Amino acid sequence: MPHVIAPAQLVDFVVHEAHLLDTAQYAAWNALFADDGLYWIPATPGQTDPALHNSHLLEDAFLRRLRVDRLASPRAFSQQPPSRCLHVLQTPVVVACDAAGGHYATRTPFHYSEARGDAMLTLVGTARHTFRVDPDGALRIVLKRVDLLAPDAALPAVELFP
Amino acid sequence: MPPTPAAPAALAALIRPDAVHRDLYTSPDLFALERRHFFANTWQYVVHASQLPAVGDYVTVDIAGRPLVAVRDADGAVRVLMNRCAHKGARVVSAPSGNTGAFFRCPYHAWAYDLDGALRAVPRRDGYAGTRMPTCEAGRGLVPVPHVRVYREFVFVKLSDHGPDFEAYFGEALTSIDNLVDRAPAGRLEITGGALRFMHDCNWKLFVENLNDTIHPMVVHESSAGTAKRLWSERPAAPGTPVPMAVEQFVPFVSGYEFFEATGLRVLPNGHSWSGAKGSIHSAYTAIPEYEAALVAAVGAERAHAILGTVRHNTVCYPSLTLKGAIQTIRVVRPIAVDRTLIESWTLRLVGAPDALLERSVTYNRLINAPFSVVGHDDLHVYRAIQQGLHADGNDWVSLHRDWTADETDPVDRTVGGLSELSMRNQYRAWLHFMTLSMAGGAP
Repeated sequence: MPHVIAPAQLVDFVVHEAHLLDTAQYAAWNALFADDGLYWIPATPGQTDPALHNSHLLEDAFLRRLRVDRLASPRAFSQQPPSRCLHVLQTPVVVACDAAGGHYATRTPFHYSEARGDAMLTLVGTARHTFRVDPDGALRIVLKRVDLLAPDAALPAVELFP
Repeated sequence: MPPTPAAPAALAALIRPDAVHRDLYTSPDLFALERRHFFANTWQYVVHASQLPAVGDYVTVDIAGRPLVAVRDADGAVRVLMNRCAHKGARVVSAPSGNTGAFFRCPYHAWAYDLDGALRAVPRRDGYAGTRMPTCEAGRGLVPVPHVRVYREFVFVKLSDHGPDFEAYFGEALTSIDNLVDRAPAGRLEITGGALRFMHDCNWKLFVENLNDTIHPMVVHESSAGTAKRLWSERPAAPGTPVPMAVEQFVPFVSGYEFFEATGLRVLPNGHSWSGAKGSIHSAYTAIPEYEAALVAAVGAERAHAILGTVRHNTVCYPSLTLKGAIQTIRVVRPIAVDRTLIESWTLRLVGAPDALLERSVTYNRLINAPFSVVGHDDLHVYRAIQQGLHADGNDWVSLHRDWTADETDPVDRTVGGLSELSMRNQYRAWLHFMTLSMAGGAP
């Protein structure tokens, strides 16, 4: 019998994910992804191709772990002082919540700010999450796609996780 | 406000044989002079002709503060024009790229121009009867950039009449472009996959210097490439597990001093150079047999072996185009202000090669050149640290002494150990030459 996921659980999941990032619980955040889950930030509006078109970020478990471990490295000089981030989310829209088909998805417009020392950057965009229920019954992220409003604009260094 | 009056002797005093003055990185007045002289007297990369496949296709780009438009003319030629209406000065096109059709049309008063810039039509032309308009600047249309050269589809311009012609300027550095193009079984490249546009809050020279600085990677990238190396070594992987592309691309950055010294550095007149004269961080990538077979089929085994055996690291076609033939990426340097530089990173498809090549280029570009790249974060941090640190008192000089020799300017072209700072000393000798070339009493 499939696990039943209520739409509100998807909304709570997205809000919780942002909270983990905003409170620098990066390892716990990374654990929200399925083993083969991907985190993707395309570089062009409407981009469909992750492999043969440039992206800002396209990360599997290994690359996310690398990013998280680097933040804790004493030799990550660009993190002295460390960056902090804040996600201000619009209420996530449940795009799909289909237990029979195993298809779960949300769409979440957001404002994202990242501060380091006296500098701060702001990005806006829409996060699109696709989930699945793993055999252990846990809901996990299959794909977090972040569509920045202006992914093709010249960007400063973004060191955390919109 | 006009730049400070040019004074070649004062500029020469900023360049020692083995060090440069901090003003080169921090002075807004010097940056204004660079725009007027240095960037105008040197050949600048504009666009790749594959971005302009059809008649009327255009790309706009600012070079040294001048708004330019490159366009494919009806005869197939690439024109580069000042993007400035001859009437009141409006930029005639403002999108980054597009197709203008058979002619340009100013959005203000509908002055229209042929694709070579000639004034084609003006509404109510009778209003100009008896005026000087047709015979003065306004009647001449869009101003063509005086020197345009398309080299194997790489489009370059020189904005002034000073300085050497294209071949004399780049010389042997063009062999790096050749090697990049020659890697394509069909003998040509296509820019594809968009660009990564990373704004660096530092002077442009810090980026350019760093490309042939091979004594920094094992230090600067310990937190990124070093972490990748550690994580991969700790991973319980069965023997024979293929190394992921990301690991293969990250780990060589933390190779030791001996490795980088042995890779060598080739230094050429006019500021050009390449690291990886005898192999590079790209040498040990997993082979893609289908591609190698395609290249062998196209050019023969001996030639293919020679092409693929040239595995340079970064080539600096000083000052605006930097390229990696072995990974098919270019990074274009667009100085915006004394402490602000846009780096645009592009990927190139080797026409006739399997998609696996482009996928490798795209992966590398994302991991190393994106604004989200951990390697990029490492590098930008030290550029910023210099940009800020140079305002300290008590030492006005940036040391470039490593492996200096008294005879190194004669001849300029030589191959030295990879860790040498000769490429930077060479850049600043060229900088002084091209900076003062168009000044009264400047370089001959």
